[in-house]
Amino acid sequence: MKHRADLVFRTVALGTLVLALVALAALVYDIVSGGLGRLDWAFLTNMASRRPEDAGIYHALAGSIWVIVLTAALALPLGVAAAVYLEEYGTRSRIARLIEINIANLAAVPSIIYGLLGLGVFVRFMGMGRSVLAGACTLALLALPVVILSTREALRTVPGSIREGSYALGATKWQTIWYQVLPMALPGILTGLILSLSRAIGETAPLITIGALTYIPFAPDSVWSPFTVLPIQIFNWVSRPQAAFKENAAAGILVLMLLLLFMNAIAVFLRDRFQRQGRS
Amino acid sequence: MSVATPSVPSLAGIAARRGQAPVPTDAPVKIDVDRMNFYYGAKRALDGISIRIHANLVTAFIGPSGCGKSTFLRSLNRMNDIIPATRVEGTVLIDGQNIYGPGVDVVELRRRVGMVFQKSNPFPKSIFENVAYGLRINNMARSKSEMNDRVEESLRQAAIFDEVKDRLHESALALSGGQQQRLCIARALAIRPEILLMDEPASALDPIATQRIEELIYDLKKNYTIVIVTHNMQQAARVSDHTAFFWLGRLVEYERTDRIFTAPAEKLTEDYVTGRCG
Repeated sequence: MKHRADLVFRTVALGTLVLALVALAALVYDIVSGGLGRLDWAFLTNMASRRPEDAGIYHALAGSIWVIVLTAALALPLGVAAAVYLEEYGTRSRIARLIEINIANLAAVPSIIYGLLGLGVFVRFMGMGRSVLAGACTLALLALPVVILSTREALRTVPGSIREGSYALGATKWQTIWYQVLPMALPGILTGLILSLSRAIGETAPLITIGALTYIPFAPDSVWSPFTVLPIQIFNWVSRPQAAFKENAAAGILVLMLLLLFMNAIAVFLRDRFQRQGRS
Repeated sequence: MSVATPSVPSLAGIAARRGQAPVPTDAPVKIDVDRMNFYYGAKRALDGISIRIHANLVTAFIGPSGCGKSTFLRSLNRMNDIIPATRVEGTVLIDGQNIYGPGVDVVELRRRVGMVFQKSNPFPKSIFENVAYGLRINNMARSKSEMNDRVEESLRQAAIFDEVKDRLHESALALSGGQQQRLCIARALAIRPEILLMDEPASALDPIATQRIEELIYDLKKNYTIVIVTHNMQQAARVSDHTAFFWLGRLVEYERTDRIFTAPAEKLTEDYVTGRCG
């Protein structure tokens, strides 16, 4: 009887796994079959166009890369500094606990809320306009909770014996953190950063909110340029009636997926290096 | 110098004698602790410790696990400050200065009072960088050649230079346990401390590596005041000049090592060193 229950459970578990994989495979097949024929060098280097066969993804890809690099440049120092403060300097006061709970909650806030905040604060109040900078600031806010949480996690994995060894040599707290703790935590920090950026690069809602939806036929050339990003361009193509634009959308999704895959590969590589370092 | 503090009845006799007579020696006093209490939160871990530790000698702390000997050792360079909710009462004088007094620079104190830990803790960097770290953060090497010289000198002092001289820039984590511990000693020596605290430095090592550490301790006492915590009574007998026996957060007896092991004044000490208790 017990063995039968075990068998049933295994079968059900396997079934759900297969179901999920089949759905994913179908999705990937649909996109690859629809978009692979459209994916070529010209598609990557052409700007947006009214004619689907001339339309490319260059402006959106460039926009995505601009935004994501700037997001990383903003989220990394802010997130790491916040995490270092909370983990190393913050006392176990009630306020610190309150901040902790809030950060965990912020990680789960719907991204459109960040978009509204970005529209109000960055675009209008701070007068950044509908620029790459405003987009990156908004996405940095979105990425920050995850960066802070994963950095704290990484800081906690640094053994106390390393800190003690540093203090025992007459190091100050800051020297200990800067020269010993942060370098050891770095792979973990970067992994968290890249995973949060992977989420940010696929975000559409907050950027639509701050006005990145408008038709932008050129790539950004500074942080003040207006811009669009891959998911928005895909959304734009999907919503057009011509079938040829649907093909473009599928090819655009492929580009976005490859970019995500590339970023996640970096995260896996870093995590792997971190684990090997910990073992030896 | 000592005043008996209230104590549990069975230890009353010990408390009365505690710390009264400094160990007879010509060596000057380096560390002078007077009626020191130590608390983890509300729990008193050390109770009225008074002891004079002499310069250029090896002083061993022995006693069962949890008796406070490590806590006491770590209070001598204020390493316990890192642990939240700890508190110290009484005075700890090093060269006449109270290290728990107002305005004491803890960072400067730890530079003068080096420490080697029970579990070797090399930084995940190269052998060279492990030793150079203390010199760098304290701005103790003015040039690259001075840095190289001091790293080599420290590795030689710790009797590990010949084993690592061809791979100074390889990871310290690739060394054996005994080598890692000697590297940690070299790292501590590089900043030229006056006192070296060693918290069971050989407890995780095999007998041969242990012997090397013990020989090293013997060589180092010419230049340093060494305080060593050990679980191993043979080791205390071999390496130390003076031995202090701790029991339940109190200092029971402090004497010349040969007297502790052959003619202890306290029954408790005798029971412990002969293996009848603890």
